Amino acid sequence: MFEELTLLQLQQFWWIIISLLGGLFGFIMFVQGGQTLLGRVAKGDETYKTMLINSLGRKWELGFTTLVLFGGALFAAFPLFYSTSFGGAYWVWMAILFCFIIQAVSYEYRKKPNNFLGQKVYETFLFINGSLGVILLGVAIATFFSGSAFSVDENNFSHWHTSIRGLEALSSIFNLSLGFALFFLVRILGALYFINNIDNETIRKRAIKSIKIDMPIFLVFFLLFLSLLFTKTGFAYDENLKIYMQEYKYLINFLEMPFVLGMFIIGILMVVIAVFLTIHFNKTCCIKTGGLGVVLTVMALFLNVGFNNTSYYPSSFDLQSSLTIINSSGSHYTLTVMSYVSLMVPFVLAYIFYAWMQMDKVKITKEEIEDPHTHTY
Amino acid sequence: MEEHLVDWSRAQFALTAIYHWLFVPLTLGLGFIIAIMETIYVKTGDEFWKKTTKFWMTLFAINFAIGVATGIIMEFEFGTNWANYSWFVGDIFGAPLAVEGILAFFMESTFFAVMFFGWDKVSKGFHLLSTWLVAVGSNLSALWILVANAWMQYPTGMKFNPDTVRNEMENFWDVIFSPVAISKFLHTISSGYIVASLFVVGISAWYLLKKREIEFAKKSIIVGASFGLITSIFITITGDESAHQVALKQPVKLAAMEGLYEGKIDAGIVGIGVLNPKKTLTNDKETFLFELEAPYTLSFLAYHDIHAFVPGLKDLVYGNETYNIESAQRKMEKGKIAINALKEYKKAKRENNVENIQKYEKILIKNMKYFGYGHLKNPEDIVPPIPLTFYTFHLMVALGAWFLFLFALLLFFTLKRDILNYKWLLIVTVASIPLGYIASEAGWIVAEVGRQPWAIQDLMPVGVAVTDISTSNVKTTFFMFAFLFTALLIAEIKIMIGQIKIGPEGGH
Repeated sequence: MFEELTLLQLQQFWWIIISLLGGLFGFIMFVQGGQTLLGRVAKGDETYKTMLINSLGRKWELGFTTLVLFGGALFAAFPLFYSTSFGGAYWVWMAILFCFIIQAVSYEYRKKPNNFLGQKVYETFLFINGSLGVILLGVAIATFFSGSAFSVDENNFSHWHTSIRGLEALSSIFNLSLGFALFFLVRILGALYFINNIDNETIRKRAIKSIKIDMPIFLVFFLLFLSLLFTKTGFAYDENLKIYMQEYKYLINFLEMPFVLGMFIIGILMVVIAVFLTIHFNKTCCIKTGGLGVVLTVMALFLNVGFNNTSYYPSSFDLQSSLTIINSSGSHYTLTVMSYVSLMVPFVLAYIFYAWMQMDKVKITKEEIEDPHTHTY
Repeated sequence: MEEHLVDWSRAQFALTAIYHWLFVPLTLGLGFIIAIMETIYVKTGDEFWKKTTKFWMTLFAINFAIGVATGIIMEFEFGTNWANYSWFVGDIFGAPLAVEGILAFFMESTFFAVMFFGWDKVSKGFHLLSTWLVAVGSNLSALWILVANAWMQYPTGMKFNPDTVRNEMENFWDVIFSPVAISKFLHTISSGYIVASLFVVGISAWYLLKKREIEFAKKSIIVGASFGLITSIFITITGDESAHQVALKQPVKLAAMEGLYEGKIDAGIVGIGVLNPKKTLTNDKETFLFELEAPYTLSFLAYHDIHAFVPGLKDLVYGNETYNIESAQRKMEKGKIAINALKEYKKAKRENNVENIQKYEKILIKNMKYFGYGHLKNPEDIVPPIPLTFYTFHLMVALGAWFLFLFALLLFFTLKRDILNYKWLLIVTVASIPLGYIASEAGWIVAEVGRQPWAIQDLMPVGVAVTDISTSNVKTTFFMFAFLFTALLIAEIKIMIGQIKIGPEGGH
């Protein structure tokens, strides 16, 4: 089946999968968003805080797993990106990883006796993961559009040309706008998740209030990012794979790929509708609508930067070193093998969905959290 | 490339791997032990087994969290610290990592939540299934990462593409069913099962010493020691096969493991030995200050023939015509020919010189298996650190034998006597908990230090694999990791001890 596809078709297929994983990761980051809302929603009440943390704690690992899979899939499908970006933007990725390392232990260790660092420290870890980790991820993704200072030699070994190894990305308004937009977006998702997952009126009210604050701020950053993106000169390549600069490249990409533009607009609308229904009609199920909206929006952004003869990891140092899905991918054989493996993804998503359904049939309540025989975080 | 960059990059990866491996073995084995206990609960309906399961689950979760924390960094370190490696073999190496994510990690993370929070939310059957799936998922994860590691030790199923300057996969089945991958997987997971068994019997022995949780502790010892004994027998078989594969695929590593400088027929294994620190490749001093050797055993272990010739380090470095062993110097020359042919091939490609393209491609293909040697400076560079490889290997084997004996003892005294009356055995059992970790880490040191200088056996030395980055960056992250992981380890141990002190009655 996949053997018959051309290398280009396989590269496109894999970029779609990477985009889907990116979208799913964007959605699952409601966990990170929720972590930054602990103070605002719990307001110092220990029981509420424990309810919130336990609500997130049942999902945090999936975000972690999605991040690992995202890395693994990039390694397998686009190894040149993997070696160039991770080896090059060293400090950005290291900082992101540090933010995720400290998340992994925080849930389990937070309330355990003799936990060495104390409850406050673990809660701070969760906040750092949800704020700095998310902003840095947004900044790292923004460099897909804005470019980085690297070159690739004739052996396809890459070299970075700034001493601060990727941290220079933090000096760009464009990159930061996406970082902060993502930060506020996942906070909105986190609040939507609390509303859906926890059976408590006070938490629900406070979560709605937090959405009211975060939504306008998100829109400011997101619209800033979009306005910069659509007016940006982008990195295109011709039929000889020669990279050149093209005005309004990313706007043109959307216009020339109406399906992707449709995904993008529908995704944004779904997030807006989810917020609207939650605030005005007290709906509790809008994490599904909003979550799907985020998946579509993020996926569309990835498709925009990877397709239509666009360099998805451009070099601002040496234009011709820029990475495209054509010059950075795995071989035909590897992509074919991995494509067969990818057929497992629907099955995986199905059992995740089933397990979630089983677990979420019973909402988290104060009584459950206060029961000494329940495993709680 | 800055001086010491490779050393610091290796140190950072070693640090991460050693820390990560403090937690993984327990996850691998304890998952199954818990699943067995919960199965007994579901079958009998006895609440005692539910309580027991929940207690061990609590410890499992404490360990699991830090295992995940230290694990995420490893996948990305291939990119951050070994960027050239990531390109050169990413086409093969990336696949198992991605498969691990799809097939194993999601299984673990999804059902982990059900296992811990689903007791009163899902049916007994679904909960039990979830517990088994967490165990299976963690072992599946080990399978794929060990397939990747085995491929580094024995690269197979690929061909070199001079146009992309990388190795590309040709046969997925060769990669995953390579004999090194199979033996490595079985040997490594069984070491994890032993660590977990020691953990269970050790903690149970501590309760018995304190005269606490008597029934819980005795039954846990029976489950843990049975699991451990079966695994200990199994690990001797997988260990034998692992050594056989090392002999076939990495003879230098085997020679270092045994401190074998001069090759010989009827070679014996040094059971106990102290290396002579003054011994070098170029002098004729005695290799050992003291040794106890079991004759013929090394020849048999390596080649399944008691009279087989086992090459020593000198044969492998300087060559041995009698046994048709090529010298490292000769391999380096061929490697340089391969590297030069690649350069000329690329030049011919740029000039579109068809004749030269074909000519240099042929030369390259002919010498490709020596490609990595072309980057070495001296023939002696192919020898890994001998004392470290030798002592860790022998420590691992000795401890493995001890564990087999200990599990047998524990089963006998628990089933046939009242183990409460044998305080010495209980103390020894508690003391054996860290020994399991030491043995398991020693195994990894043998595997990884023993293959130096190669990132990929014969194809890429670590000096070429490393990211082009300043040493100060790697140093900084090394100390950051060292600090963070140490803090988390202290936290983990303190929490673990705290939970053990609370005991199953307080566990949830």
